[in-house]
Amino acid sequence: MDSANNAARSFNKVIEILDRYDRNASKIIPILQSVQEEYRYLPQEVLTFVATSLNVSPARLYGVATFYSHFSLEPKGKHILKMCDGTACHVRGSSAVIDALRDKLGLSAKKITTDDMLFTFETVSCLGACGLAPVLVVDEAIHGQVTPEVALQLLDEIVQKEQQHA
Amino acid sequence: MSNVVVKVGVASCGLAAGAGDVFSRVQEYISEQKLDISLVKTACIGMCFEEPIVALSGMDAGTIIMGKVTADSIIESLDDYLAGNPIRQRVILAEKGDAIHNELLANQKRIVLRNCGVINPESLPDYEATGGYTALRIALEMEREDIITTIKDSGLRGRGGAGFSTGMKWGFAFNAVGDKKYVVCNADEGDPGAFMDRSVLEGDPHSILEGMAIGAFAMGADEGYIYCRAEYPLAIKHLKIAIADAEQKGYLGNNILGTDFSFDLHIKEGAGAFVCGEETALMASIEGKRGMPTIRPPFPAESGLWGKPTNINNVETWANISWIINNGADAYKQYGTEKSTGTKVFALAGKIKNSGLIEVPMGVTIRDVIYKVGGGMKTELPFKAVQLGGPSGGCIPEALLDTIVDYDSINKTGAIMGSGGMVVMDQGTCMVDVARFFLNFTQNESCGKCTFCRIGTRRMLEILTNITEGKGKLEDITTLEQLATNIIKGSLCGLGQTAPNPVLTTLKYFRDEYLAHIEEKRCPAGVCTSLLRYEIDPEKCIGCTACARKCPVNCISGSVKQVHNIDQDLCIKCGACYSTCKFGAVKKG
Ligand SMILES: Cc1cc2nc3c(=O)[nH]c(=O)nc-3n(C[C@H](O)[C@H](O)[C@H](O)COP(=O)(O)O)c2cc1C
Ligand code: FES
Repeated sequence: MDSANNAARSFNKVIEILDRYDRNASKIIPILQSVQEEYRYLPQEVLTFVATSLNVSPARLYGVATFYSHFSLEPKGKHILKMCDGTACHVRGSSAVIDALRDKLGLSAKKITTDDMLFTFETVSCLGACGLAPVLVVDEAIHGQVTPEVALQLLDEIVQKEQQHA
Repeated sequence: MSNVVVKVGVASCGLAAGAGDVFSRVQEYISEQKLDISLVKTACIGMCFEEPIVALSGMDAGTIIMGKVTADSIIESLDDYLAGNPIRQRVILAEKGDAIHNELLANQKRIVLRNCGVINPESLPDYEATGGYTALRIALEMEREDIITTIKDSGLRGRGGAGFSTGMKWGFAFNAVGDKKYVVCNADEGDPGAFMDRSVLEGDPHSILEGMAIGAFAMGADEGYIYCRAEYPLAIKHLKIAIADAEQKGYLGNNILGTDFSFDLHIKEGAGAFVCGEETALMASIEGKRGMPTIRPPFPAESGLWGKPTNINNVETWANISWIINNGADAYKQYGTEKSTGTKVFALAGKIKNSGLIEVPMGVTIRDVIYKVGGGMKTELPFKAVQLGGPSGGCIPEALLDTIVDYDSINKTGAIMGSGGMVVMDQGTCMVDVARFFLNFTQNESCGKCTFCRIGTRRMLEILTNITEGKGKLEDITTLEQLATNIIKGSLCGLGQTAPNPVLTTLKYFRDEYLAHIEEKRCPAGVCTSLLRYEIDPEKCIGCTACARKCPVNCISGSVKQVHNIDQDLCIKCGACYSTCKFGAVKKG
């Protein structure tokens, strides 16, 4: 019962988003962005709901959702780490940081979220802070000139905070 | 209120270096001490290597700009400044007297970056105080054709990469028939290693708005879009503030400055697809579709957004417009070469000392950009190559460093001017790895429409990966060259047409390095881990055990005062021993 209530409440949120964008199919991308902001990913049932409401085929919506790399059809972890692997970061040693973080988290290029749903680790191409390469974004905070040691330390800080909360 | 102003650079790069803490510390200090001074935010003056950067002004000493500021050092500097004492911290620029980097700015000419790091980007009055929106006023009094002629005469070429004449493009959109026209600003800046557009958007958003309003008026458009990548949240925030302020002041919206010209401007956020920087894909994305490029013609000027005549320009192109209207085409043409006029902003990154943003007149040599403005190499290793134009560009070797910065000269090297990313590489960079890196990027970002781009780049990537893993064959080079030719011919948009460039230029200038990987199974730069070997030189090893203690997998054996040995089967090639040894006894090869 409780979860049904929750679901209804969340669909209210989707309806609000749809209304905010006038249910206009040319605003599919901002709609999906807002939905993703709400759920942290694009749940399948929400996608179907959005497609029906916008009067477009689910295939069209799915096509858009899978084309853009920011959209995720899989739930993401509580903390998101993004390591830049743009050119400037690459030549300044981003690979070593990527290896170190993946190693520590037990993740790979394919598996990006830890089983406990605590961390998602992604690589991105250029955050525009190339002057401070290599760059790592931990949740919202940008860190420049990151080494494997610094990255692991940042990770450790989050783990410790989480343990304190638990 | 005293005239003393503390300006903290809080653009993305400053924030990454800790400018947020500096700002809060000054804020606290001002209220603790009840100081009668103002604290303002500004954006990036382009010296990322000195971030966080703070400027002090308003005292007899004039404006003083400090670099590598910390929350503690700023208080000491502020006290010094207010007391009229010399600043004991790192002064990088000074209005009066000497400073470390005064000459770096002297070698530049700032048109696009004129306000970046100088004004508060969240303040319309700041922009107006530097003469902002006067060009719009002038333009609204001009004949629309005359505006286009001025832009044509200035020789301005599109800064998004291809370098097409902006005035001519405006002319096409002007002549296109249609009841509705659009102008678009391409702020998708997807080239990894380039951040010129981000800096302008964050640091001087009104200059883009003003340029677009002038363009819209000249071409007869009444609606515009700024398509900005979502990786630039601060840029989007500043644009939103700027648009709201400009609407309120009557620089945007209905009946601009009391005329019958109306212009509405919207922001569209990208969603992470490099190909959306291509103009037809970008428009598809604005329309809410998958960002797949379409064949041109029809060009956007005839049939663009929702089938209406549309003009797309890059951020930096738009940022030049108001300067040209204010100062005239001749003033603009006095900078640069005959066919590439004006200035160009470059993002210097990689193994260069002064990484950051610079703006130089066209026509200077790449060598001068790197050594005079960029301060030369950051590492002790010598220069090897500079990468221009990102995934569509190429690597320029030492021998071609005297090439001048203009569209046509750079094209001759096989690279392209591109949008202005310049990534400097030293001898510690492997050129095969760099080629593989770019192919991996384009292969990921190919939208999949054209077979050659989709599958051809994948085959090239596989071959390059094999080579970096020591599994390459000599005939691979011929296959790479053949695939490259076919991908160039068989792709519809610029992504595929230019994707092979990084491979072709490295094959052209660094063929030896490919051969070393293939024939000798050796990576001369010591980057490709599969080919890397760490060995201990028995002549040099004194048996200090430092390396053995550092090795994370315990693969170094040997006791005190005895020559150590690395077990090659266990070694993970992390390089810890190499960087630990003080006697140069660990050899990398
Ligand atoms: C794959 C690809 C990516 C592109 N990315 C960008 C970009 O990020 N920014 C940009 O201004 N132009 C980009 N362009 C060029 C645009 O298609 C277009 O030429 C440009 O926006 C025109 O503006 P300009 O005339 O002011 O240069 C890209 C082109 C291709 C083929
Ligand atoms: S390449 Fe990493 S921030 Fe640009």
